[in-house]
Amino acid sequence: MLDAIFGRLTWDSIILVQAVEEPNINTLITASAAAMMPVGGVMIVALLTWMKWWKPLFEWLTSVDHKKIGTMYIIFAVIMLFRGVVEGMLMRANQAVGLNGGFLSSDHFNQLFTTHGTNMIFFVAMPFLFGLINIVVPLQIGARDVAFPRLNQISLGLTAAGGFLFMISLMVGEFSTGGWTGYPSFTGRLVNPGVGPDYYILAIAISGIGSTLTGVNFSVTIYKLRTAGMSFMRMPLFTWTALCTSILLIFAMPPLTACCAMLGLDRFLGFHFFTNDMGGNLMNFINLFWMFGHPEVYILVLPAFGVMSEIASTYSGKRLYGYTSIVAATMCIAVLSFTVWLHHFFTMGQSATVNAAFGVATMLIAIPTGVKIYDWLATLWGGRIRFTAPMIYLCGFFVLFTIGGLSGVILASPTLDYQLHNSQFLVAHFHNVIIPGVLFGILAGIHIWFPKIYGFRLMEGLSRITAFLWAIGFILAFMPLYQTGLMGMTRRTVAYEDPALVPWMIVSGVGSLILGLAFLSILVTILVSVLNRKKLMVPFGDPWDGRTLEWWTPAPTPEWNFAVLPKVECRDAFADAKEKGTAYQPIEKYDDIEMPSNTYYGFIIMIMASGLGFGLVWHMWWLAILSLLGAITTAITYAFLPQKHNVIPAAEVREIDEAWRRAAREGRGITRDDEGNQANQGLACPDNIK
Amino acid sequence: MSFSIRKSLHPGLNLGEEHGDDHLEAETSVFGFWVFMMSDLVTFGMFFAVFATTMPLACCPGPKELFDLGSVAWQTGFLLASSLTSGMAILTLKQEHATRSASTKKLIFWLLLTVLLGCGFLYREISDFIAMAAAGGPPTRSGYLSALWSLVGLHGLHVTSGLIWCLVIVAGILVRGVDMRWKLTLLRWAVFWHFLDVVWIAIFSFVFLGGLL
Ligand code: HEM
Ligand SMILES: [Cu+2]
Repeated sequence: MLDAIFGRLTWDSIILVQAVEEPNINTLITASAAAMMPVGGVMIVALLTWMKWWKPLFEWLTSVDHKKIGTMYIIFAVIMLFRGVVEGMLMRANQAVGLNGGFLSSDHFNQLFTTHGTNMIFFVAMPFLFGLINIVVPLQIGARDVAFPRLNQISLGLTAAGGFLFMISLMVGEFSTGGWTGYPSFTGRLVNPGVGPDYYILAIAISGIGSTLTGVNFSVTIYKLRTAGMSFMRMPLFTWTALCTSILLIFAMPPLTACCAMLGLDRFLGFHFFTNDMGGNLMNFINLFWMFGHPEVYILVLPAFGVMSEIASTYSGKRLYGYTSIVAATMCIAVLSFTVWLHHFFTMGQSATVNAAFGVATMLIAIPTGVKIYDWLATLWGGRIRFTAPMIYLCGFFVLFTIGGLSGVILASPTLDYQLHNSQFLVAHFHNVIIPGVLFGILAGIHIWFPKIYGFRLMEGLSRITAFLWAIGFILAFMPLYQTGLMGMTRRTVAYEDPALVPWMIVSGVGSLILGLAFLSILVTILVSVLNRKKLMVPFGDPWDGRTLEWWTPAPTPEWNFAVLPKVECRDAFADAKEKGTAYQPIEKYDDIEMPSNTYYGFIIMIMASGLGFGLVWHMWWLAILSLLGAITTAITYAFLPQKHNVIPAAEVREIDEAWRRAAREGRGITRDDEGNQANQGLACPDNIK
Repeated sequence: MSFSIRKSLHPGLNLGEEHGDDHLEAETSVFGFWVFMMSDLVTFGMFFAVFATTMPLACCPGPKELFDLGSVAWQTGFLLASSLTSGMAILTLKQEHATRSASTKKLIFWLLLTVLLGCGFLYREISDFIAMAAAGGPPTRSGYLSALWSLVGLHGLHVTSGLIWCLVIVAGILVRGVDMRWKLTLLRWAVFWHFLDVVWIAIFSFVFLGGLL
């Protein structure tokens, strides 16, 4: 009877119980991490009750406003980044003292790199980018919302459900030990009958479906909802990269879903897709996984490139140099990214010819990437450059990302890869592109667009410190790994015997401490800025002398984004309007605006998907079936419910919009010299350089 | 008449520029669903690819022992016929409901006929699965059979959800009449249904015929 209710779940599955029964350093570490969740949960509940924030919370959770959904993605990602950074530091600490064995057990270490990798890719980098894309893209194309606002909420719900499964594995049971790539047969039923791989499969499959839907949503939004005159070749570059990322999501997520489903069938029903016997073939998993996995890295890095393009032109006060070539390069990368997946397993038995072909294909990607770097450099040339936080990220990106890219070209050579495969050199390489590429782009993007949504800037000084901490921490933590990799140290190793490695490991450990500080610095920046928000207000909405449509609204941006949808006649339409002095002209006619109203759809789907995942992991079949039926019933019910809209009367829109335009016409803008101080109210006095 | 046809951008609905937002919504909604179908197609493609790699090991039992081509032909017949009737449903929608006055009976007739044919397909497919398992070919028997069952089963799962979806649409039409939202849902469902046909043709020729040749 109990078995039917609780499935595989027993008292001992709870991590805290394990720590009591068998106290040692490993269980204590996991238990204290696990304990943070209930403790944090209670604290959040108390805070919400105390501040009477329950109602606003549900306003948010049921919102279909793309800006709120974007914010929720980013909050989610920041929380997960905390976990990821702590895990990274823990692993580095273990390595620093890891000569002949550190303080972590090998099983614990295995879980750490698995959760760290899975978390950073699926629950940090992707939600961060989806958050930015959500916030920025509708504004940049002059739309009021995305094409399918409710679907957007469902995507968020599915991502959160995946995140829930991932986090709950910290408290109940264990996570996979198979790395973020989860290769069978190690993750198969025979070797690994526990719940770990099930958590892994379900967490990434569920959030992966959410990502697919995000891809559909944003590609349709960009195709169909562009405002009048916004032809493709007038779109801001961030929107271009968001489009490429969406297309990649549409085509690259299905292989992941498929390989997770197959591994699931192997594990749950005893199929033989990837088993060693009975005609299974684990190479199928590896191929499918990397058919997703390689495009995935471009899913991550392309929007970051988009942010970099915006920085290069905005913070040097110039048009982007070589717009067309950057667009073409982005598209090239998107297409090429599907042709190189095999470079992740050069050593797994293909013929030399096949390896050579994929090696060459991989090296080809360096060409469009190089084109972009040169275009950005040329954009800066002769510009009015301000060394504010985004520019620091951009410069860090130029130097560090290029190094990471070059080490990628080294790895792309099959001959060399035989030596470097699975070594710390690889760990150095991918962190070298992910941190200075993706993460720098994300952090810079948050700095740039934060005032747009919340109405005040982030503290400039603190943001600069954050940027430097990330750069320095990164260099110290990961550059040594190139060396240790060449010295033969393998990745995913809990202990090593060679004393020559020790100094490098210690430097790397110190670097990871700085990275921890860098993370704290993000929180401090946000906190201090919130406290000082009165001094940082930018009500006019254009703090950086922006060039594209998103800056053409007040800050914080009203729910409806644009009182009247702007018409676009050229690239950088807002910069053009400012130059002609027509940006804040009065508008004669306002119309009623219809916005979709709040719904619980996404929230319910999140709960059902979490229930489904948890039920499957623990073989609590009743829970899984009930959740699935619940999700289907929800979908059917919502198909019958009328879709409600809020109508915002034209008069209300007129009042707000006219006041803003009038104040902007009468106000005195600031030049870029005052960008960082209190005079910056978000009204720019163009000092454009041709 | 010819004027409105020329202007309507989707074959299924008489929507032109003059319908304003409705027209825009139809475009976005159907296009969005097409995009989703492309993604789904890749999923099927992955299952096909894995299946292809297991074909050389298809033995004991293999296609010769397990496939009943007659039954598969029946399934194909059912599914193609259901595609035809679903097409008739959409044509009815276009011809009769343009005026928004005609009765919904004909539409519902075609939809229910589609469901019936779809059930015929599923019935034969499930019987085949049962027979296959009885003949020593359950999916746990070999890699080949795992791939076979999940590819064909994935399609069957799609058909099942297409049938449920169709029934929901019928219920919706009965409750609220053929309004804009059900029209759009119907259009998307039709895309889905034809898509399943295309996938089935690939399965039929590649898995079943290909297996026996
Ligand atoms: C913030 C500081 C970070 C630190 C200290 C850190 C540290 C580490 C360490 C020690 C490993 C294990 C290396 C090994 O296998 O020997 C690792 C693996 C990994 N990291 Fe990070 N990392 C950080 C940030 C990131 C970020 C931002 C991402 C991606 C967005 C990321 C993605 C990964 C991935 C995918 C793996 C591979 C996991 C596996 O082997 O399956 N890391 N990291
Ligand atoms: Cu790759």
